[in-house]
Amino acid sequence: MSHSHTFAVTVTAITQVTPLIKHFVLKAADGAQMPSFSGGSHVVVVMKGATRVYRNPYSLLSSPNDLSAYEIAVRRADQSRGGSVFMHDHVTVGMTLQIAHPVNLFQLDKLALKHVLFAGGVGITAIAAQLEDLKMGAVPYELHYSVRAPDHAAFADRLLARHGDRVRIYHDSAEHRIDIEGLVAAQPLGTHVYVCGPTPMIGRVLASARAAGWAESHIHWEQFSAPPVGDPFDVFLKKSNVKVSVLPDQSLLEAIEDAGVDAPYLCRGGVCGECKCRVLEVDGVLVHNDHYLSPEEKASGTLIMPCVSRAHGKNLVLDL
Amino acid sequence: MSAVFKTDETFRDDFKYSNSPRAIRRFPLPFVEDKYMYSVNIEPHVPGPKDSITEFQFDVDEHYIGECRDREIVLKEDPLRYQALPHMMSAQWDVLELLMNHMSKDYPEQFSLSKQGNRWSWHNKLLNIKNEFTFGDPSTLPREPLDYITRQAQGDFVVMDQRDGDFYIEAGMVTTPADWSMDFDMGMSFKEWHGPVPLAHELNVFDRALKFLLNLRINEPVRRLNWTMTVNPRLDTSPEFYPRWGSDRASVTADNVADKAHIRVELQGLWRLPRSNAMLFGIRCYLISIRELATIPKWARRTHRTLRDLHPALVDYKGLTRYRDHVVNWLAPLDDGSPTTSGNAPE
Repeated sequence: MSHSHTFAVTVTAITQVTPLIKHFVLKAADGAQMPSFSGGSHVVVVMKGATRVYRNPYSLLSSPNDLSAYEIAVRRADQSRGGSVFMHDHVTVGMTLQIAHPVNLFQLDKLALKHVLFAGGVGITAIAAQLEDLKMGAVPYELHYSVRAPDHAAFADRLLARHGDRVRIYHDSAEHRIDIEGLVAAQPLGTHVYVCGPTPMIGRVLASARAAGWAESHIHWEQFSAPPVGDPFDVFLKKSNVKVSVLPDQSLLEAIEDAGVDAPYLCRGGVCGECKCRVLEVDGVLVHNDHYLSPEEKASGTLIMPCVSRAHGKNLVLDL
Repeated sequence: MSAVFKTDETFRDDFKYSNSPRAIRRFPLPFVEDKYMYSVNIEPHVPGPKDSITEFQFDVDEHYIGECRDREIVLKEDPLRYQALPHMMSAQWDVLELLMNHMSKDYPEQFSLSKQGNRWSWHNKLLNIKNEFTFGDPSTLPREPLDYITRQAQGDFVVMDQRDGDFYIEAGMVTTPADWSMDFDMGMSFKEWHGPVPLAHELNVFDRALKFLLNLRINEPVRRLNWTMTVNPRLDTSPEFYPRWGSDRASVTADNVADKAHIRVELQGLWRLPRSNAMLFGIRCYLISIRELATIPKWARRTHRTLRDLHPALVDYKGLTRYRDHVVNWLAPLDDGSPTTSGNAPE
């Protein structure tokens, strides 16, 4: 399966919610209700820039029970490929964008006896809609949300208003940190833990849960990697018989798409495995940035995830 | 040309069942070439030609009333053919919404749906069922949402929850199974459920199918055809009632084979459900007697060759061992050895 079908949405409101994060409200361009989705889903937004097309995944943070609009939040990343900067600098109210149908790679476990959620920074966007699903149910839940400083607490007021004392906010600037190890260790049997945030936070939650003897099936995290910038390199697509040059601020997948080759994808963040591709030849090193391939697969040099990973070297041939 | 709905069909006892010429021409013969082996034959469930069984996502045909009536008979005797675990309620509403939206849009003369916010009104004119209810509130329907809507739809429905990179059977309505039991399989993972299928595990069919399904997207359903054979046009060939139909296989003779033996084709569809992120597996069953099938010369030739050369493990698994030779012998005079065009369409 390759390019998802997209549909047109109109940007109906834009709000700067923190110094780095803008919040966008999207409504169907034809006035219809938005498609139903589940908490934890993301959509891929297609942005037509002046010289190239960006496709970035953003979590849906609006309530699955309100399908009048979708809401996303975009953190500005200046040192990146340009999709978030495009959203910040070029997208205006009234503009039409294309988005794909929602995909959920971070879903709540329906058998959990309790849900404990950890969010850091813009990671709250993946968790906010999950909280709405949980609010409709009868299973206890609690959110621990860590931000740099009070003016970075995007959506804190809204979360507190919706979920009351089920939400706790922590400010790094006040040396007010989450006791992740203590919280995880104190949970009753049958609890599921979810985390979305910076890499060290995800690492601490995973390590705490594993140290406390939790089953892997009860530990959930989402870490979409933005495709990192890097050195330019060339790739030859054998089946398509096309040579492609990957620019420093372009992902391998984007370069393949720009060359007119229809490559499969789903998350565009190194998570789902849909774009996994066989490496036929490599003279140099593969720079793996995904969370999907096993360490052994990465070391083998025979597989790559073009959505986030790159190569250093003279020659790369892919089975595409 | 739309279907003329039959009102007096039966799928048991006197077996009052036949296919009209229209139903024969749209029968989904599962053999696209002159031989058969498993493959991951999954394709997007996009609209097919007008009047074909894939014109719409949920096909409603001339057998609708009889099939719904047969389901009621099964459920009355064996209520466990419908089951849903408590955590599947959001998926139940997903299925109800999907079926009502499609049936009312595609068959407006038979089904109507109107919505005022969460207040929904449903009218099934073929079964004379009318209800107003609040979407999301099970207490406003006479039955659980999945139970309610699948009693008004042809085919079996299984709902799988997704967890831990796998799918688990945790809800469904199964009254027309080809010798499998949902009651027995409840809670099983995808591969456990498919455990009895021969050969396919060695071909890694289920590894590939599972990986594919885990990434299946909302609004992009897929389908495949599966098939077996059934003696008499019986829908409920369940292990629960095996004593009622198992011995039918011994009743096939050279004289009665053309009317007794039926090809049974399942149009299997898979839909990602949006609110629950669960997976709906629909198994829509079509039955055709060998005599009806042979009215299409190409199908007689192709079916003859396919059954004659079928892998012994599949003959056994599909339960054809006792009467396959009768079918092959009856079809043989209709096969002059001339080539058949590829694909399953009548020539």
